[in-house]
Amino acid sequence: MYLLLAAQSIDLGPVQPLLFYGLALLLAISAWLVVLSDNIVRMAVFLLLALGAVGGLYFMLAAEFLAAVQLIVYAGGTLILIVFGVMLTSKNPFLQFRVKLWERMVALALALTICGFLIFALVNTPLGGNGPLTPEAGYEQVQEIGKALLSTYLVPFEVAAVLLLVVMIGAAYMARRRAQ
Amino acid sequence: MFEIGIMHFVVLSVVVFAAGICTLLTKRNAIGILIGIELIMNAAGINFVAYNRYVWGGGGVGSLIDGQVFAIFIIVLAAAEAAIALAIFLNFYNTFSSIDVERADEMKG
Repeated sequence: MYLLLAAQSIDLGPVQPLLFYGLALLLAISAWLVVLSDNIVRMAVFLLLALGAVGGLYFMLAAEFLAAVQLIVYAGGTLILIVFGVMLTSKNPFLQFRVKLWERMVALALALTICGFLIFALVNTPLGGNGPLTPEAGYEQVQEIGKALLSTYLVPFEVAAVLLLVVMIGAAYMARRRAQ
Repeated sequence: MFEIGIMHFVVLSVVVFAAGICTLLTKRNAIGILIGIELIMNAAGINFVAYNRYVWGGGGVGSLIDGQVFAIFIIVLAAAEAAIALAIFLNFYNTFSSIDVERADEMKG
C-alpha cells in the first residue's frame, strides 16, 4: 500500500520520513541478517526482503520504472536463480558451514573501517546540482529512459544485449549434464 | 532530521555495502558470496538513483536520468553475473560434491 502511495504522489509530505525510516530499517536489518545467518535458505529470504526494500526506496526516489524493474528482474528473476542454485547444490536444506569467530571479527572490523571512511568522505564532500524537481504533468519517465537508452547510451545498450545472449548460451553450455 | 535528504540514502547505502562486504568475507558457501555481491550491487544502485534524484533532479521535466539508466545497467549485469556464477557453481559441485569455496584449491589445465 505504501508503495502505491509513493508511486501516485512523489511529494509525500509528513509520510515521507516515516516511509523512509521504515524501508531503511527493513533494508539494514535484513542486510545484516544475511551476514549473521548461517543457513543459506534464510540468507536468500533475507536477500528477498532487502531487494524489496530497495525497490521501495526507488519508488521514494521518484524512479517508478526502476522500482518495477528491480522487483521484476531482481526479486523475481535473480533471486529465483539463487534459490535454484541452492536447491541444486546442497544435499540437505540445512547445510551449514562453520565460520571461525576471528574470521567474523576481522570481516566486521574491515567492514566497519570502510563504513567509517566512506561516511567521513561523504560528510566532507560538498554536493552540487539543483536538488529534486517535483514532477509535472506531461512528464513520462519511461519515455525519457527509452530515449536515453536509444540515443546517449545506445552502444552500452547493444553491448548489454549481446552480453545477455552470450551469458545465456554460456550458462546453458556450462550447466549441461556431462556425458558419463 | 525529519527532512529526508541525499545523506540519508547515501548512509543507508554505506550500511548495505558494509553488510555486503561482511557477507563476502565470512561465507564459505559460494552462493552466500554471490548474495554478498548482490547486496553490494544494490548499494551502488541506491547511490546512483539517490544522486540522480537529489543532484540532477530526476523525476521532473528537463531533468537528467543518467543515474537511473546506470542503475538499469547494474541490474542487467547483476542478472548476467548471477547466471554465469551459478553455472560455475554447478560445475564445481559436480566435481567436488561440495559448494565450500575452501575446497576450490585445485586447478586442471
